[in-house]
Amino acid sequence: MATGIRRRVLAHVLANNGGYLSQACSSAELLAALYASVLKLAPTEGPLHPPTFEAVPGPDAPRVSGGVFHGEVGPDLDRLIISPAHYALVVYAALIESGRLDEAALDQFNKDGSTVEMIGAEHSPGFETTTGSLAQALSTAGGIALGRRLKNETGRTFVFMSDGEFQEGQTWEAIQALVFYRLDTVRVVVDVNRAQCDGPMDSVMTIEPLATKLKAFGASVDSVDGHDIAALTASLERQTGKPHFVLAYTDPARGVPLTQRSQARPALPALHRPRGTSRIPEVL
Amino acid sequence: MSEHTGVEIVTRPHVENFIRWSADKPEIVVLSADLTNSCEVGKWRDTYPERFFSMGMAEQNMLGFAAGLAREGFEPWLHTFAVFLYRRPLDQLQMSIAYPNLKVRLVGFLPGITTPGGVTHQAIDDIAVMRSIPNMTILETGDATEVESVLDVAHAIDGPVYIRMLRGEVPRLFPEPMQFNTARVLSVAGDSIADPADLVVLTSGIETEEALRAIPALTDAGASITHLHISTLKPFTDPTVLTALRSARSGVITMENHLITGGLGSAVAEVMAENGIGTPLHRIGLKDTYAHGASQAYLLREYDLDAMSLVRSAGKALGRTFAIDAVDLAPVRVAATHSSAKVEAL
Repeated sequence: MATGIRRRVLAHVLANNGGYLSQACSSAELLAALYASVLKLAPTEGPLHPPTFEAVPGPDAPRVSGGVFHGEVGPDLDRLIISPAHYALVVYAALIESGRLDEAALDQFNKDGSTVEMIGAEHSPGFETTTGSLAQALSTAGGIALGRRLKNETGRTFVFMSDGEFQEGQTWEAIQALVFYRLDTVRVVVDVNRAQCDGPMDSVMTIEPLATKLKAFGASVDSVDGHDIAALTASLERQTGKPHFVLAYTDPARGVPLTQRSQARPALPALHRPRGTSRIPEVL
Repeated sequence: MSEHTGVEIVTRPHVENFIRWSADKPEIVVLSADLTNSCEVGKWRDTYPERFFSMGMAEQNMLGFAAGLAREGFEPWLHTFAVFLYRRPLDQLQMSIAYPNLKVRLVGFLPGITTPGGVTHQAIDDIAVMRSIPNMTILETGDATEVESVLDVAHAIDGPVYIRMLRGEVPRLFPEPMQFNTARVLSVAGDSIADPADLVVLTSGIETEEALRAIPALTDAGASITHLHISTLKPFTDPTVLTALRSARSGVITMENHLITGGLGSAVAEVMAENGIGTPLHRIGLKDTYAHGASQAYLLREYDLDAMSLVRSAGKALGRTFAIDAVDLAPVRVAATHSSAKVEAL
């Protein structure tokens, strides 16, 4: 599945002369581990077609949730909240690989009137919340998990985050609240690719030692190789009795070597929509 | 009844009323950010501990948790000072709550200059900010009856609601409960709201009590006045308001415990402009200024928000000078600002 995610995103980026490619390189195994083995989700009736965009939510327009691509919700089923909406293309690719989204959906990507938006919102496939303004999803997921506890639901609430979001103060407010309310059904997987819009995170604003900080807040933490699906799966399933964070250390050029070599700064590709050139990258 | 004014003063009307009101509504949960007793929900917390959530001094996260709870079918009532609901966490308010049109109730205490806590605690721009947020409904309380009845009004709205809430010693001015998007007609110049009036006065929140002190003296001095009390600031589509504005012969005056930009005065200006009503508009409120820490009565005088400011504006609108002094007005209600009654004033 991880290879399929990368292949679909690369093909799309090549065909469209740019796109969020490095996010696929770093997170393909994370999403594959979630969708292929960890998440307990209801099935969809085959690959669903994405709806066209109708209206923003309002008094006369009920919310449309991209969560329908995760199947019907249920008290003992898991939820997945995507925090960095800029990973939308990768999420769509993962849903296609999971048989939940029609592969033709990517033809609608970033097209006018489509829900398959470039930066996903809650009507976009796979999204329940609108989190293009980063670091807000963990708080909302905490509220969802708290609400589910009040309703005696046993399903887990997974959150997919990016490492840059740990620069935002709200993330740490959320972590202290998750720990305070012992919301151990919240499982967070973080794509620690050490890259952000302005360049390597250590040149922008370092967040390390992230595991030490999280443990000091009272969360449980595993640091794993983010390209090792077995290690990711084991950590995501681990019962700790605490809000659980899986720090998936990843390579944002994994699987597409040219992105790695072509950058002025060694080892890290441009994160924010690399543009195509006349050169053809090496295929996977 | 107070011996000062003849107006009944109710102490902490929210405390017991909110507890009673919540009893048969298990979906109601309360979130607080370290201002629980200051927002009169300490007893609510002790009555319903299983649905009260202390979120600490972390408003951005509190708004996100509220969004998640609302998505799971609960109705969070956030209690904190108004400034901490829209200034500090505005992006969270917009993206996590307002965009998805979630049923979150933002109960904002210390509107405008009702606190001696100074600029950091005084929500003087909240209506202006909230009016610019799609899906948001804005309600403002002006007396004890509205503090009580705003709960039903907010509860019925399928979307986020911001409430300008009063606490402590609150006058009871109105016998009838607040109605959504419905102005209270407190006085009319003729037999009906449509009859011509020298002045049409629209007031909200604590400014209504100030206006009620001045209007009898102005009427005695020969001015014909139609007076509306506004409790729904968004939407602002009550046809009674338009009818009243059309009846104004010499002037329209708005009075608000808020900047004159973006609040009631601006909303009235928009209705007048859109309907081609050419009457001069006089806006009483804070004029492009912050305030500072002092008593409500002092700040009302300092910033021309008190009853006498209405007398002056009425004179300006009518081109005459009223021989009305402060002693001619209905007496000031003296709130025990620094007594034990307000021990949690900050």
